[in-house]
Order: sequence, then C-alpha cells, then structure tokens
Amino acid sequence: MVTLLSENGTAAIEGARVEGGALWIPVSELAQAGWQLRPEGACRGDLCVPIPKARERDFVREVAGERSFNLCELASLRRQPVARSERGDVFAIGEASDDRAERLRGGEAPDFALPDLSGRIHRLSDQRGQKVFLVSWASW
Amino acid sequence: MVITVAFESGGASAARPWIELAKPTHPALVDVEHRVAELYEMVNVPMAVWIDEAGRIVRPAEPSGASDGFRQMNRETFALAPEIMTEYGRRAQVYKDALRDWVRRGAESEHVLSAQEVAARTLGPSAADARAHACFALARFLAENGRADEAHAHFAEAVRLAPENWSIRRQALWFESPEAPGGPKFWSAVDALGARRYYRPVRMRGLDAI
Repeated sequence: MVTLLSENGTAAIEGARVEGGALWIPVSELAQAGWQLRPEGACRGDLCVPIPKARERDFVREVAGERSFNLCELASLRRQPVARSERGDVFAIGEASDDRAERLRGGEAPDFALPDLSGRIHRLSDQRGQKVFLVSWASW
Repeated sequence: MVITVAFESGGASAARPWIELAKPTHPALVDVEHRVAELYEMVNVPMAVWIDEAGRIVRPAEPSGASDGFRQMNRETFALAPEIMTEYGRRAQVYKDALRDWVRRGAESEHVLSAQEVAARTLGPSAADARAHACFALARFLAENGRADEAHAHFAEAVRLAPENWSIRRQALWFESPEAPGGPKFWSAVDALGARRYYRPVRMRGLDAI
C-alpha cells in the first residue's frame, strides 16, 4: 500500500509496488491517483497524455500478475516533481513548475476549497461575481 | 469579500485563538497543506492577491502592508522603534486606501493591473520551488503521522531548495518547536539575507517603486 499526496489530495493505493524509481499502480486503482488509462493515453478530465511510442513497457506492465501503470514515469514525462519517503510508502507528486507558471501568468485565479474553523468548506469559485481580497497570515 | 487564509499545518487549533480575537465577518480559512501558498506563490505572510468579479487576478501575490522594518525589532522584547511603527502604519494606510479605491472604482482604479502587467509581475515557480513544495508536502504528512525523524530530512530539503520561501521555512521550524519560527534559526536566516529583502517590494504608488 502506498500513500500518494497530490493536488487531488491524499490517496491510499492498495496493490501499489515500488521498484527502483518506478511506482507501479494497478490500473484498476489508477483512478485513485486521479488518472484513467484510455486508448489516447493517461487521461485526467480533458487532458490526455499519450504514452510515448516504443516506451509502452516503461509505463504499462504486468507487475505481480496485475496490469499496472508507472506513475513516476508519467510524472517524469510531465516534469512533475516527486518526493518519496525512504521506505517508499509515501509519495508526493506536485505540479510541474512550467505548468503552474503558465497558468498563473494567464491571470485566472486558481480555485481552492478550504475549511473555516467550524469545518465548513469554502471555495474561491463560490465568490464569483464579487471582488475578492485573498490574504494570507499565520500564527508563526 | 475578504478571505483570510491561515497557512497553518497545526490546523484549526493553531489558528483559532487569533481568529476568535479578530471576530471576522468574512471567511477565515485554515490551510493545513499550504495549498493557497503554492497556488498563488505566497512565499511569505502576510501576502495578498486581488481577484476581480470574473475570477481574474488583478494584482498578483504581494506583501500586504508588511515590510522589512521588523528586522530592526529587539529580539528579546519584540519592541520596535517608534519611527518604524509609524512607517508600518503609513504603509498599511496606503495599502488599505488602495483597496478601498478598487472597491469603489473597480477596473478604473490605478491599482488594477492589466493582464500583461499581471503576467509580467508573476514570477512563476522554478523547478526547485516546485520540488520544494513536494518535499514539504511529504514532510508534513510524515510529521503528522508520527514520523517526525523522517520528516526532518524532507523539511530540510524543502528549505534548501527554496531558501527564500519563508512560509515553508517557518512552518518547518514550527514542527521543531512552536517557538522556533521566531527563534535563533529564523533570525540567523534573516540576517543571512544581508541587504536583500525579506518581503518583496510592493509596486504601488506610495509604497515601493512602481
């Protein structure tokens, strides 16, 4: 079991296997990592990333009898940063810096959902139609 | 609409005393993972972003009222010389007046930036910054799950990758002890800046260079 931290949140992925630099996730569990394997490639919403020709085996393989997908290879292809625990049981996969920079420069305020003290979730997109002054602070 | 976001890996219990003191009439949110910090490049606090009615950024992340005057604070008593306090007050007033101007005049306000200017002022994370956030996310998870020893190395790596991301550095210090974010390790990192700024310049008339 591997815990995956990503912009989708925290997912506990059963049957995941770590081999060297590879993180093999059963295709049946891939949705938990936010991806689907389709003929077009690895897809998330409208985005599909084609599997590079001649490198299918780096991405999709039978591992311990299960058809599995190498999430680290996808991260590498997309230039996403990956941090892993020494034990190989926790992986944090972030957004590629170029993707984030391009999105921010495009000027659209990225949405988020966070709780208040009572636990009620507020989304930035709930405020569409109003000006928002978004300000950070911390007790430290 | 004001939305405050506390970059608090300590969660609601860390943020609660301050929010209850302030008695806000706006959403006061708690961001355990520093998600908003990462999304908007808020490398410090307090930093603010202005977002218009269509969900477009009209001022990208900048320090909102704070400046480097605090560096002259007495580190034992936390006292600041009166002239520094006065300047703090002046800067806060300029910033608040600009906000009010925007609320009243909307896109006509001189403080609303064009799309080109927003893009130009957006630094964009480097690959090292993006890696730092991944290391921080991993470290935070490990620390929250009783693996503080393992977390330490990943916090250190995050700080090494993004040494001027003060949100990461100070939150990582908090995991060492609640006093550490304002303690000797923090101050020596500030001193190591030398003439470089802790808070980025605020490019607004009346504050730093336009």
